[in-house]
Amino acid sequence: MLLEMKDAVLSYGKIEALHGISLEVAEGEIVALIGANGAGKTSTMRGLSGVRGLASGSVVFDGEDVTKLRADQRLRKGLVLCPEGRGIFPGMTVTENLNMGAYTRKDKEAIEQDYERVFGLFPRLLERKKQVAGTMSGGEQQMLAIGRALMSRPKLLMLDEPSMGLAPMLIQQIFDIISEIAQQGTTILVVEQNAKQALSRADRAYVLETGHIVKSGTGVELLDDPTVREAYLGVA
Amino acid sequence: MSQILDAYRGLKLRDRMSGAPGWVRKVGMLLVIAFAFYLPFLNILPFAYIRTDLTSSGSDWASVLFLVVVYMIVAVGLNVVIGFAGLLDLGYVGFYALGAYSVALFGSPSSPVVEAIQNRFGLDETWAVPFVMCIPIAIVMALIAGVTLGAPTLRLRGDYLAIVTLGFGEIIRITARNLDNVTNGATGISGVPVPPGPEIDGRSFFNTIDAERWYWLALSILILIIFLAFRLEHSRVGRAWLAIREDEDAAAIMGVAAFKFKLWAFAIGASVGGIAGLLFGSKQQYVEPNAFMVNLSFLFVAMVVIGGSGNIYGVLLGAFLLTYLPERFREFQEWRPFAFGVALVVVMILRPQGLVPSRRRAREFEDRKVEAEEAAADA
Repeated sequence: MLLEMKDAVLSYGKIEALHGISLEVAEGEIVALIGANGAGKTSTMRGLSGVRGLASGSVVFDGEDVTKLRADQRLRKGLVLCPEGRGIFPGMTVTENLNMGAYTRKDKEAIEQDYERVFGLFPRLLERKKQVAGTMSGGEQQMLAIGRALMSRPKLLMLDEPSMGLAPMLIQQIFDIISEIAQQGTTILVVEQNAKQALSRADRAYVLETGHIVKSGTGVELLDDPTVREAYLGVA
Repeated sequence: MSQILDAYRGLKLRDRMSGAPGWVRKVGMLLVIAFAFYLPFLNILPFAYIRTDLTSSGSDWASVLFLVVVYMIVAVGLNVVIGFAGLLDLGYVGFYALGAYSVALFGSPSSPVVEAIQNRFGLDETWAVPFVMCIPIAIVMALIAGVTLGAPTLRLRGDYLAIVTLGFGEIIRITARNLDNVTNGATGISGVPVPPGPEIDGRSFFNTIDAERWYWLALSILILIIFLAFRLEHSRVGRAWLAIREDEDAAAIMGVAAFKFKLWAFAIGASVGGIAGLLFGSKQQYVEPNAFMVNLSFLFVAMVVIGGSGNIYGVLLGAFLLTYLPERFREFQEWRPFAFGVALVVVMILRPQGLVPSRRRAREFEDRKVEAEEAAADA
């Protein structure tokens, strides 16, 4: 397993957001985590990326226990989070944001290649190279956030709600790009409210409800599951 | 309306400056520096009206200039903490006091510390640590204080950090007042050493009368510190600070060790504050706890915020205005605090990002405003 989270408990003060979550991601997979608002999706991401420490439980990445490591240390191991919404640096330009993605790297030539890769995936960012990120549209900011995460050469890319606040056509486009990134050899864990897109792209998926994992299976299985269909796909 | 004016005035001069060829900028910079060095002798009408000693009750012009430059050093140092790293430090006077007390405690032959060393090693009564050695002592003392204060407190954010640092500034002053057998308590320490220099007319080069020499010394140090601050801003460390300031979580996610860099900002800011305090104490040749009241911390923060947090030119302007104007208008005595208060409120309403804002900071302001509006709309 590339990533293994075991019995993770995460709390904010007295409020427990995750009550013992276990999940796994194997190398080369696309794994989706779906759930409604407040189910604990973003909390799971915070616990995995190290933005917030776990109260108990463990995170093992690439055969190494990273539970006690801070977010910046986990990034250096290749465990990279692309945060939701406005997780970009609003006062920096597109280029400066991408530079921040490569902050820990020193291999200049490989960084150049990664710029080209990112601009290849998101031609829009190339057009807006010098634009201040905070002034871009929601979709462009999302592309930038993904591009920035790619600049740190992740082994596992965790995407937190990449479709949030985007128009349906853009959602389609973003998910196409996510599939493409996966094909290029990056393992992906994606957290989504848009269950239909996420499940149809994922190899496997977990369903999160109020801090518990209530179901897991392959993407296709869950797409056909009657309770999932009712709760998340809006079909009775 | 005010925003349109901002966009027009604030950006225009800067664009023209950055658009000019390199040599024009260099020559312009040299002219500004030369003029700054000439300032104590400024006597050409109508420019001489900026002098503060036109009336008999006015303060010595060169001494005012010295104080302005010392506070400019403070502002540049505090700007590293507030402007670059985005940490609100309300106890900066503590580091300033530490710098002044370091040179007094180790450099003055009559300080209890020096007397203890004299007795211990059987040294002469006039012996004290030479001034040049006091400089690294002051810097290291302030640096250690910065790290000691920062290490436990930098995990706090925003308002909490501000309150803790506010307490720190007071702790330093109260300790200095109460630690009688180390600092002479409220009596203070006299005989603080001055920098070495050739004797002229039977007086040492740096004395209490020829304030312009102190001004030139402080100005030279200020220029050096400004240069270093610019280098720092555009270094890897500067980029880390910028990222932390904009979004600490996002910075951590991108591999920036946030805590480490915040501690760096604190330590660097502290040592610059220490240097400013050292200059101040040395020129006064006398150090006492009441010179480091908490209101000085507020003045320092006001300089940075009014001038334009994050912009080195801005904070220089802020330090200049808040030091110079009260001295220039001494005859209005009791009206000055009132005018200061009104000016502060007016600036915060019309230009919350400061008189010469950093472009980035202005953008962050915009972004936060949009975010707040969205949040309000959601609710």
